[in-house]
Amino acid sequence: MFNRDRWSEIFESISNNKLRTALSGFTITLGIFIFIVLFGFGNGLKNGFQEFFLDDSTNTLWVFPGRTTKPYKGFATNRTIEFRNDDLDDMEKNFPMFIEYITPRIARSGLTSYKGESNTYSTRAVSPGHQFSEKTIIMKGRYINEMDLQNKARHVVIGRLVEQDLFKNENALGKFVDINGINYKVVGVFQDDGGDNEERMIYLPYTARQLIEKNTDKIDFFIIGFRENMNYTASAAFARSVEKFLRDKHTIHPDDQNGMFVRNAAEGVKQTEQLAGVLQMAVAFVAAGTLFAGIIGILTIMIFVVKERTKELGIRKALGASPNSVIGMVLQESIFITLIAGIFGMVLGIAVLSSIGLSLQDYFIKYPYVATKTIVMAVVSLIVCGAIAGYIPARRAARIKPIVALRDE
Amino acid sequence: MIEIKDLHKSYKMGSNSLHVLKGINLNVEEGELVAIMGSSGSGKSTLLNIIGMLDVLDEGSYTLDGVPIKNLNEKKAAQYRNKFLGFVFQSFNLINYKTAAENVSLPLYYQGVKRKVRQEKALQYLESVGLREWATHLPSELSGGQKQRVAIARAMASEPKVLLADEPTGALDTKTSYEVMDLIQKINDEGNTILVVTHEPDIADMCKRIVHLKDGVIVEDKKVDQVRAQQYVQ
Repeated sequence: MFNRDRWSEIFESISNNKLRTALSGFTITLGIFIFIVLFGFGNGLKNGFQEFFLDDSTNTLWVFPGRTTKPYKGFATNRTIEFRNDDLDDMEKNFPMFIEYITPRIARSGLTSYKGESNTYSTRAVSPGHQFSEKTIIMKGRYINEMDLQNKARHVVIGRLVEQDLFKNENALGKFVDINGINYKVVGVFQDDGGDNEERMIYLPYTARQLIEKNTDKIDFFIIGFRENMNYTASAAFARSVEKFLRDKHTIHPDDQNGMFVRNAAEGVKQTEQLAGVLQMAVAFVAAGTLFAGIIGILTIMIFVVKERTKELGIRKALGASPNSVIGMVLQESIFITLIAGIFGMVLGIAVLSSIGLSLQDYFIKYPYVATKTIVMAVVSLIVCGAIAGYIPARRAARIKPIVALRDE
Repeated sequence: MIEIKDLHKSYKMGSNSLHVLKGINLNVEEGELVAIMGSSGSGKSTLLNIIGMLDVLDEGSYTLDGVPIKNLNEKKAAQYRNKFLGFVFQSFNLINYKTAAENVSLPLYYQGVKRKVRQEKALQYLESVGLREWATHLPSELSGGQKQRVAIARAMASEPKVLLADEPTGALDTKTSYEVMDLIQKINDEGNTILVVTHEPDIADMCKRIVHLKDGVIVEDKKVDQVRAQQYVQ
């Protein structure tokens, strides 16, 4: 393997048969290039899916009230269920070890104006915990805090695009905006990965919203952030307990699907990951197929090469080449070509992948990459495949009888 | 040098068996220049192939330089070929992508000779066949006679016990043939044992002994007065 003469024999054979070498190398380069790119796309697809579906926190339960469709314990059907502040308190009281945070949400739209500019935006009245469930990123100032809740303060946190729309180049922080005729102080500006709509949003303390609405204690629905260390099974069990507790409290029939419902975000994650996993597997399968085709390609070409070199190998054997040295020569040449061509294709593939970055985001492919592990595996399998692709023809070459090879045509 | 006793060789052709060599007895001493003659199908090439260990015998015995040649595996055969024998073929059989010098050094490579020594020796043998200045040329750039001289240099490079030439002049015109024979005679003059298979009487007359094969048996084995090829070569 490390014999200099052997290598110079191989280089000589390669450099004197450039077309043949280029052809057999090309199939491998193409194969591994497509393998890397497709495999990377698979990973990129997974990234893209995760970004798209998972811009919100995944360790959350969304608890929605509904309208009953079954009579229960003396209550008639078609009763509207409403959640109130005491539901939040009950949650915190009964499930303290599971709950990281809890936030109600009251959604209203509001005509918002600052100086001459005005526009209608969605507003959400929430608790500080909402920042985590929505993965809101504060750019300046702060989010709604506990003080705001206690004081029922008329403070708002506005989206990046709200600031852009209303304030132009001005800094919104500390300014007052008018929402549906009431002045609020801007205490923060945020951004969100969820897209433009998410950034045309205004957050305010839910207590402030309730005060404006005749000091009510109603909430639209609430979101529970459960502890991160709970796995899917634990979160599902927790979701069932929450649901049972609320059905008891609000006297809703246990089987009434419409009375209220709990959505576990982790379930969505699980499904999304499954889908992405299946897609990735499909892509990986195609990629492996391409690589396999490349290997078959080099096998065919090596068989042809040996056929073409029958006479030469016969001469070598007549001059004293042992069968092993013939096998070694063909094998080493095949592995060498495979490896060089493979690495070339690999570098090309990685270059293409890293140049893609975010440019295919519209097709859900984001930051395609190939893990080092995969690359190492690909290199190893290349060597193995080069050896297999070389060995079959090499064994054939070693069996060449010099007398047959040298027979004059 | 070569001792062959009661050698038989058959080829299977489907259900028929073709008996090519039917009991050959042949002794060749060191320093002899033997022509093996016969029409095509007489078995002369088969005999040469068996002597060259390119083919195996069915019956009888073959001893080369005191070493019995039997039950050789491929590896052993390759070793013996490399150590004992030099080959010259009708169609030269040079490796077409290697230069003259590289072709000549190839048997030395398989002997495990060091690169430097190999290159020196190759040039030395090319010199001895008068092709020193053609060392870096590819076979395609050489004439037929030159190719055969490179092939002879290659065969001699491994310093074989016996040089086997299968129709060495078969692809050459008369003048070039005589040049090649002149070279072979000179190599023989230095004491090398050489076997030449030919069907041309004038080539056979340039050897020291003619063995005539017909239908797989030796019909004639005579010493002749060697015709020197040099007189035809200017």
